[in-house]
Amino acid sequence: MSCIYILWIRQLTRYVRSRSRMIASLGQPVLYLLALGFGFGPIFQKAGEGNYLQFLAPGVIGMTVLFASMFSGIELIWDRQFGFLKETLVAPVPRILIMLGRTLGGATVAVLQGLIVIVVCSIAGFRPANWAFVPVAFIYMALIGILFTALGTAVASLLSDFQGFQLVMNFLVMPVYFLSGALYPLKNAPAVLEAIARADPLAYGVDGLRGAFLGTWHFGLVTDFGVLIATALLFLVVGAYLFNRIQL
Amino acid sequence: MISARNLTRRFRDLVAVRDVSFNVKKSEIFAFLGPNGAGKSTTIKMLTTLLAPSSGSIEIDGLSPLNQPHEVRKRIGIVFQDPSLDSELTAYENMDFHGVLYHVPKRTRRERIPRLLQVFGLWDRRNNPTKEFSGGMRRRLEIARCLLHTPKIIFLDEPTLGLDPQTRHQLWAQVKQLNQEEQVTVFLTTHYMEEAERVADRIAIIDHGRIIAEGTTEQLKATTAADSLEQAFLSLTGSTIREEEASSLDRMRNMARLFRR
Repeated sequence: MSCIYILWIRQLTRYVRSRSRMIASLGQPVLYLLALGFGFGPIFQKAGEGNYLQFLAPGVIGMTVLFASMFSGIELIWDRQFGFLKETLVAPVPRILIMLGRTLGGATVAVLQGLIVIVVCSIAGFRPANWAFVPVAFIYMALIGILFTALGTAVASLLSDFQGFQLVMNFLVMPVYFLSGALYPLKNAPAVLEAIARADPLAYGVDGLRGAFLGTWHFGLVTDFGVLIATALLFLVVGAYLFNRIQL
Repeated sequence: MISARNLTRRFRDLVAVRDVSFNVKKSEIFAFLGPNGAGKSTTIKMLTTLLAPSSGSIEIDGLSPLNQPHEVRKRIGIVFQDPSLDSELTAYENMDFHGVLYHVPKRTRRERIPRLLQVFGLWDRRNNPTKEFSGGMRRRLEIARCLLHTPKIIFLDEPTLGLDPQTRHQLWAQVKQLNQEEQVTVFLTTHYMEEAERVADRIAIIDHGRIIAEGTTEQLKATTAADSLEQAFLSLTGSTIREEEASSLDRMRNMARLFRR
């Protein structure tokens, strides 16, 4: 237990110390919020879908958690590079605990990052429909965080150096984000896009966030929870398995 | 304290370590020397539970690294060839992290961390992140760290690589002192022959996966009629330069170096 705790604390300490990372990771959400939120706002309104910023904000919050948690998972490559991974892997501690500690730490950092973006969104004019449901949003954020940190860890366990990082960003993280319905409603989307979104775990995360913040669901509260929990468990198992196979 | 019997490790068609046997006694300083690619690192990996031998057996303080890895890990301290500190954490935090992972009780940590940091001259810098440290300071911190859980054996894999003579001198003096005071068994590798000559009680020379000579410096010099250990080493292993293919880890090290600048 103390071993999970120390790994968790380590991730948090590293996050709090690297101000540049904190600020850099706010750049993208703010850009999406301003450029898309205000840019597409009038058209969205004309199409009779209401306020685009309201619609977009949960998507951008989901994106923040996705990026931050994937990055935390992929950070494993850095740890391997700078040698710190060895220090943890030769300790008399089962690897599964190390993997869990890392994942929880990464997910926590991702949720913190998401909270900052919630504040940014509300400065931009985003207002949750019902404040009572905001805590539900935190649960969704935590699930998204755990799910994608585990996925990042799994992927990073397979990569031996940086080269693969761009590959992961372009062929995994970006598609997961753009196809999740974070930016557009799935309601009237072409059947193909809708079908793809159904296979995208982030779609359920964003849908859950939208439900918690605005009270509108596409898949439904129970489906969102169910799919997220099941996928998170699956990725944790796969991540733990691959992490366990890392050879130094 | 360490005993290896007919140790062999194959990687597909390559035999990295071939029928190697040796013994290291308690509180002995044992140097394991050899050219690049001779099988040093593979042997260390097997001794430290990181790699399973293809055949042969190992005993570390009477335990098998294969069957009781966690028990073995508690008894050994390792300083790797590459740095293994968290550069964002402070010297103290790096020590504390290690202590928790090795199940060192909080009270012992509070006592032992300051003492070790003082011994290795790092106490004044305890609250600085290690990214601000010089190569020598990092090395000293790594050695201090590997002693935190009072291991019976420490493995030092080329600990003085890239350090200046002053730092190297000081580092070995500290290792020697610890070995005498705490009776720690030391298993080391290095490419600097004069270091091995000065520090080690006994030396084994490995080449092409086999141990080709073993004994004290004097014995090795006598058998090869050489004046220095370096000459003895060269006459035993020949003067051909060993080409090693860069592994993905080497490429990564290079990248890491770039990023640190």
